[in-house]
Amino acid sequence: MKALREFRFENRAFWRNPAAAFFTFMFPLMFLFLFPTIFGSGDIPGPSGETITGETFYVPAIGVFAIITATYTNNAMTLLFAREEGVLKRKRGTPLRTRDYMLGRIMHSMFITFLLVAITVTVGKLFFGVAIPSETLPAFIVTVLTGAFAFCALGIAISGVLPNVEAGPPVVNASILPLLFISNVFIPTADAPEWLTTVAKVFPVYHFAEATLISFSPFTEGNGFEWNNLAIVAVWGVAGILIAFKTFAWEPKRK
Amino acid sequence: MAAKAIEVSGLHKSYGSHEAVRGVDLVVDEGDVFALLGPNGAGKTTTVEILEGHRHRSSGTVSVLDHDPGKGEPTYKQRIGIVLQETGVERYLTVAEAVDLYRGYYPNPLGVDEVIEIVGLTDKRDERIVKLSGGQQRRLDVAVGLAGDPDLLFLDEPTTGFDPSARRGAWEMIRNLKSLGKTVLLTTHYMDEAQALADRVAIIAAGKIIAEGPPDGLLQTADTITTIRFVKPSAELPPAISYRTTETGFCEISTSEPVAILNELTGWAIQNSVDLAGLSVARPTLEDVYLQLVRASEKGKDQ
Repeated sequence: MKALREFRFENRAFWRNPAAAFFTFMFPLMFLFLFPTIFGSGDIPGPSGETITGETFYVPAIGVFAIITATYTNNAMTLLFAREEGVLKRKRGTPLRTRDYMLGRIMHSMFITFLLVAITVTVGKLFFGVAIPSETLPAFIVTVLTGAFAFCALGIAISGVLPNVEAGPPVVNASILPLLFISNVFIPTADAPEWLTTVAKVFPVYHFAEATLISFSPFTEGNGFEWNNLAIVAVWGVAGILIAFKTFAWEPKRK
Repeated sequence: MAAKAIEVSGLHKSYGSHEAVRGVDLVVDEGDVFALLGPNGAGKTTTVEILEGHRHRSSGTVSVLDHDPGKGEPTYKQRIGIVLQETGVERYLTVAEAVDLYRGYYPNPLGVDEVIEIVGLTDKRDERIVKLSGGQQRRLDVAVGLAGDPDLLFLDEPTTGFDPSARRGAWEMIRNLKSLGKTVLLTTHYMDEAQALADRVAIIAAGKIIAEGPPDGLLQTADTITTIRFVKPSAELPPAISYRTTETGFCEISTSEPVAILNELTGWAIQNSVDLAGLSVARPTLEDVYLQLVRASEKGKDQ
């Protein structure tokens, strides 16, 4: 399968750039250390009387942030560079199909996300006493992978409309950071005006964060699958792919 | 008669109101090395990119290997190899891995080591691409273009920026490709390169082909001038010979009738026991022909 082959080479190239790989995985761990240090971390009693460390509640937020960075931001930026360097134009001259190239990237994003979350949760458990849910674990994994798919697709989509590499960081940040702030990821938005939350609910970050939070919370009853939230995230992902096909640029845009 | 690899007629391409290509006709035989020459902005790259399938034409008919490149069919791309300038490759892979990645896109590719040997990178097989020199990266470009065992290879200025020995190496490589039976469409700014490699050349200026034929044929048909040079003797030259004196003390005679002039000159020299030191007769090069044709075309455009 062509996409699988693309994924394999993408993956090989990824690990050959140790600085990029190392900080992709270090990023959430830094926050795992920073957040409790800044905001404090009180232990609270769990649903069956056990002690749950405050770090447990930081993990989903940090996970959401790290996943979006590793998929949305990262794909938008690396595609811009690949376009500017002519790697994409070279690919365009081969029989490789657009869909196989995109699918390979999405598979790579989902794989990296899986590792990223596994490492964060494991380090969290070993060093910060983070409680890993057992009953809702499948829901947590499905949620994380759905988010990886959707934000990777959206990253590919936005790269196609960006005019050049220099425009990459400001536009990508401007498109994602405000959403992270209004979507109850780092800052509780309970006191925010209602219209702001209404706006946030249009976009996928809010729903991804909510589904992740619920599937990782020790207080969740049932299997933890947030089907409504997951569906909205997935629809954004599919829309991302459709837009990506429309806007994908294989050559640097010059005027 | 050889089969045709490329047939183009009446090709036009406009970008907005600017007409980059205005009526190009072109035929390339299978198995030929064909060089497309022309100044920057003459429509050379646009023409080649239309043939490669990177650009859509405004009008005209184009057939490459019996395909219409404008349709972007994978079955067409399976049969061509494209080596452009300024196209990167996954930098963190090794030479062998990059060749392997790209050969995987084709149904009947060449072997990894076979390709690497053709371009002369066997020593660098397992080197990361980031660590290659400029010349080696260019060879890798060709290797990647060749990996799918294409019938037709597009080479866009393959030796720009090479030192002289690297250029000779690249020429050897292109001759190898020809001996493998590949058709090669080459663009270059080096006339000696075209003269050394091409079976036929076409010169494109202001969006049109202004001359086409085998390099030697172009030299003969063009209205070109032979230059005779020798150290200025102390004796006065016969009045029938008009010459100019260079700053370095040479006489230079430009003529379209070198035989008659040489006859008169050498006859006079023997009679008067004059030693024509440093005597040389230079036939026009492809570069002279090229410059003459391009200038003439520019003049024609101004009028």
